Amino acid sequence: MAATKKEPVVIEGAGPFNAPIGGLLTWVDQRFPLMSQWKDHMSEYYAPKNFNFWYYFGSLAMVVLVLQIVTGIFLVMHYKPSAADAFASVEYIMRDVPGGWLIRYLHSTGASAFFIVIYLHMFRGLMYGSYRAPRELIWIFGMMIYLALMAEAFFGYLLPWGQMSFWGAQVIINLFDALPIIGPDLSTWIRGDFVVSDATLNRFFAFHVIAIPLAILGLVAAHILALHEVGSNNPDGIEIKQNKNAQGIPVDGIAFFPYYVVKDALGVVVFAIVFCAILFFAPEMGGYFLEYNNFIPADSLKTPPHIAPVWYFTPYYSILRAVNENFMWVLRAGVVGYAMLILFTARGCLPKLLAAMVAPVILIAMGVIEAKVWGVVLMGVASMIFFLMPWLDKSPVKSIRYKGKLSRWAMTIFVVIFLTLGYYGTQSVTDMGTLISQVGTLIYFAFFLLMPWYTQMEQTLPVPDRLTT
Amino acid sequence: MAEQQPDKGRRCMLLAASTVAGGIATVAAGVPFVASMLPSERAKAAGAPVEADISKLAPGERMTVEWRGKPVWIVRRTPEMLDTLKKNADRVSDPDSKKVMQPKYATNEARSIKPEYLVLVGICTHLGCSPVEKFAVQAEAFASDWKGGFYCPCHGSLFDLAGRVYKNKPAPDNLVVPPHKFLADGRILIGEDATDKGAA
Amino acid sequence: MIKTHLRKLLVAMLLFPALSFGAGDHVHLDHAPINAGDTASLQRGAALFVNYCLNCHSANYMRYNRLKDIGLNDKEILDNLVFSGGKVGDLMKNAMDAGEAKVWFGAQPPDLTVIARSRASEAGSGADWLYTYLRTFYRDASRPTGWNNTTFPNVGMPHALWELQGEQEMKAQQVQGDGHKKTVDSPVLVKPGKLSGLEYDRAVADLVNYMVYMGEPGAKSRKSIGLFVLIFLCLLFPLVYALKKNFWKDVH
Repeated sequence: MAATKKEPVVIEGAGPFNAPIGGLLTWVDQRFPLMSQWKDHMSEYYAPKNFNFWYYFGSLAMVVLVLQIVTGIFLVMHYKPSAADAFASVEYIMRDVPGGWLIRYLHSTGASAFFIVIYLHMFRGLMYGSYRAPRELIWIFGMMIYLALMAEAFFGYLLPWGQMSFWGAQVIINLFDALPIIGPDLSTWIRGDFVVSDATLNRFFAFHVIAIPLAILGLVAAHILALHEVGSNNPDGIEIKQNKNAQGIPVDGIAFFPYYVVKDALGVVVFAIVFCAILFFAPEMGGYFLEYNNFIPADSLKTPPHIAPVWYFTPYYSILRAVNENFMWVLRAGVVGYAMLILFTARGCLPKLLAAMVAPVILIAMGVIEAKVWGVVLMGVASMIFFLMPWLDKSPVKSIRYKGKLSRWAMTIFVVIFLTLGYYGTQSVTDMGTLISQVGTLIYFAFFLLMPWYTQMEQTLPVPDRLTT
Repeated sequence: MAEQQPDKGRRCMLLAASTVAGGIATVAAGVPFVASMLPSERAKAAGAPVEADISKLAPGERMTVEWRGKPVWIVRRTPEMLDTLKKNADRVSDPDSKKVMQPKYATNEARSIKPEYLVLVGICTHLGCSPVEKFAVQAEAFASDWKGGFYCPCHGSLFDLAGRVYKNKPAPDNLVVPPHKFLADGRILIGEDATDKGAA
Repeated sequence: MIKTHLRKLLVAMLLFPALSFGAGDHVHLDHAPINAGDTASLQRGAALFVNYCLNCHSANYMRYNRLKDIGLNDKEILDNLVFSGGKVGDLMKNAMDAGEAKVWFGAQPPDLTVIARSRASEAGSGADWLYTYLRTFYRDASRPTGWNNTTFPNVGMPHALWELQGEQEMKAQQVQGDGHKKTVDSPVLVKPGKLSGLEYDRAVADLVNYMVYMGEPGAKSRKSIGLFVLIFLCLLFPLVYALKKNFWKDVH
C-alpha cells in the first residue's frame, strides 16, 4: 500500500539540515498525522493574546505532572511496599541511594506544588468564567482530575509508613464507617484487614503507582482535547472566534507556538526558582510539606498528640470537623431556608417541585442519620460542588472583570473562607476554631448555592468587543 | 513580517542560547536519576572486602567465601598440583595470562601472590555459571588425560589449576583473580589489594 | 477592583498565624546552640552518641562510614566508633535485644536516626527539643527508673548522661515571668557530675548537633547544590525573559 500523499514538510532555519530533516518528517507525516496534529495543537492553535499571570498554571500543572511521574518511577525502583520495610526503604532512598534524597524531595515537594498550581489554576477558571458554555466539559474533566489528584495524594501519603501516614489513612478510612448499614464492612474491605496494615499498604501502592496515574493521564488528555476543540477562554471572557480575519484566524488570537511556548517557558523558569528554593532550603516547609510526625514509624498502638491532614486537604477537613449535633440545627434551618428561597423566587415549575420534594427527604434523613455521617457527606459535597459551576453561574457575562459588586465580594469572601478553613484544618480543635469553621462552612456553601440569585440580581458592566490587555 | 528582519539574528542567538542552557539544565537534572541506578551504599557495604581465615586450609583443599554475592575460591595447591601448570601450558589458550584477568601482582604462571594459594572468582567467563572442582588426576568423560582443574557444567569449559581456560572451549578468558592481599596470622582479605587503598 | 480585594485578603491571611500562636504549647524549649559546620563538635557528638545512646537505642538507617561527612576516615571510624567485630559499612544497630528492652523500659527504645526531624513542633526545632530534654531529667522516686523529665513527663528512659550531668531534683524557684516574679518548680542540680553545668550544656549541644546531622546527613550538600541550582536558574531567567520579549514583539 502506498503512503498517503501529503505536501512535503519544509523546515526553515535549520541551514544544511533542512533537506534531511524535512525529508524524514515528510516520510513520517505520510504515515502518521504528525503535521496536522502539530498544527492543530501548537502552531495553528490560536489562543487569546491577553493571557495574564493566572494563565501560567495550566502549563505548570503539566510540568509538575511529568515531574511526579518521572520521580515516581525512580522511587518505585527503591521503595518497598511492605509494612515491615516501607519506612526503612524511604530512609534508604534518602541516605544510601545515590541522588535518592533529591528524587524523594522532588516528589514530596512536587506533591504540594501540584496542589498549589491546581488550586491557582481552578481559581483562574472561577474568576474568568472558564466553566461557562461552551467549556462545561473542560471544567468537568478538570474537576475529575482534581478529585483523582486528591485520591492519588491520599494513597501516596500512606506509603512512607510514618505515624501521620498511618493515622491519616486510619481516620479517612473510618469516615466510611459512618455510612449506614454497609459502613463497617466497607471500611474493613477498603483496608483488607481490621486495622490499616500491610494489606492496606499494598493496595494503596497499586492505586498510587498505576491505577490513579493512568486515570489522570486519560483525563488530562480529555481536558486538553476539549480545550482545543472550543478554544481558550481569556480574562475578558470574550469568544475570540467570533471575530476572525480573512484567513479565518481570530483577530485577537496568536499561535500557541511559538508565542505561548516561550511565555510558558518563562513561567517554568520562575516556577523552578521558587520550587528549588523550597526543595533545597526548606523541604519540610515548616512541617506542611513533610509533617514532623511522619519521621516516626507507624505504630498502631499510639496516636500522635496532634494529627492533621496535609495542607491541601485541610479546607475539607475543617468542614468535616465543623459538623456536630448543634450545627445540625443550623443545617436544618439552612435546608428549610434554601427550599423557601427556591419556592418563592425561582422561575418555572421544575425547581419548585424539586425543592418541595427533596427538602423534606433531606430533613427526614437528618433526623435519622447521625451527625458524623453528615460531616462526611458535607465534606464530599464541598469538594464536588465545583462540578455544578457551569449551571450555578447565571450571570450574563463570564469574567469577574465585568460582573457586578455582589459577584466580586462573593469571590473575595470565598477565597478568604477557603484559606481560613484550610488554616483551621491544620490546627488542633478549639471552641473558637470550631465556631469559625462552622461559619466558614455556611459561607462556603452559600457562595455556590446562592450563586444563581446574586449573579442575576447585580448590575454587570458592558463587555467590550475586542480583548483588552 | 518584513520589518522583523533586522531582529532575526538576535532571535536566533537567543533561541540558541536558551536551547543550550535548557539542554544543560535537562542533562544536569538527569544526573541524579541516572546515578540512582548505581549500586547504593547498602550494596557497596555488602560488597565491601571480606576477610577469610586460611590457616586451617589443608594442602589440596578449596574453600569458598562470598564476595559481592559471588563465590570466591581459595585453593591451597600442593607442589604436585603446581607441577601440572607447566605441563598444561600448550593446552590452555593464554598460558602467560597476557589478557588482564588478574591484578598485576598475580600475572605469573601460578596466577597468584604466593604460588601455594590460588584465589579465583568462581564464575565462568563464558556465561556466568560456577564451575565445579575436578582436582583428581584421572581420565574424565570430558578429557581422557585430565590433569586436575575446574569443569563448567553449563557448557563444558575447562580450566586448569591456575584458572587458565583450555583451548577450543566456549569460555573466552581465564577465570578472574580478584584483588586480594595477605594479612597477618593466616588471614586473607578479598576485594582489596596491598598497593591500592580503595576497594577495586 | 479585584486587586484591592486581593490585597485585603492578603492582609487577612498574614494575620491568621499571628492570631493562632497564642494558643500554642506551654512547654518552653531552650534554643539549641548548635552549628552544623562545626566538625569538631559533630565528632564529639558522634562519640557521645555511640557511647551513651547506642547501648539501648539504634540508628538503623545510618551507616558508620557515612561519618566521612564529618571529617572522619574509615580507620578512625573503625577504631573509635564501631563495636568490635563490626564493619565500617554497617548500620548503627544497637547491641540490646528488643524483647529485653521492652521488659526493662516498658517499651522498645525508639530508633534515633531521624528523631531530631520528628521532634520539631511549633514550640521549636527538633534540636531545641532534644537539647532541652537531655538537660531536664530529675530524680523522682515514684518512677520505676527513679528518673523523670520536665520536657517529657513520665518518660520511660532513665537519665543516660547522669554521670556527666549529676543529679537534679525538683525545687521551688523564683523566676521572672510575664513582668512579675513567680514561684515554679524546676529541676536544680543537687549532686554534681563529672562535668560542670556549662561543660554539660556544651556536651549536650555536641550530641544534639550530631543527631541533627544524622537526621539528614545530606543536608549540607543539599544546600550547596541548591545554591548552585538557584544561581543557574537566576542566570537562565533573563535569557528566557529576553527570548519571550523578542518573540512577543510580533504581537500587537
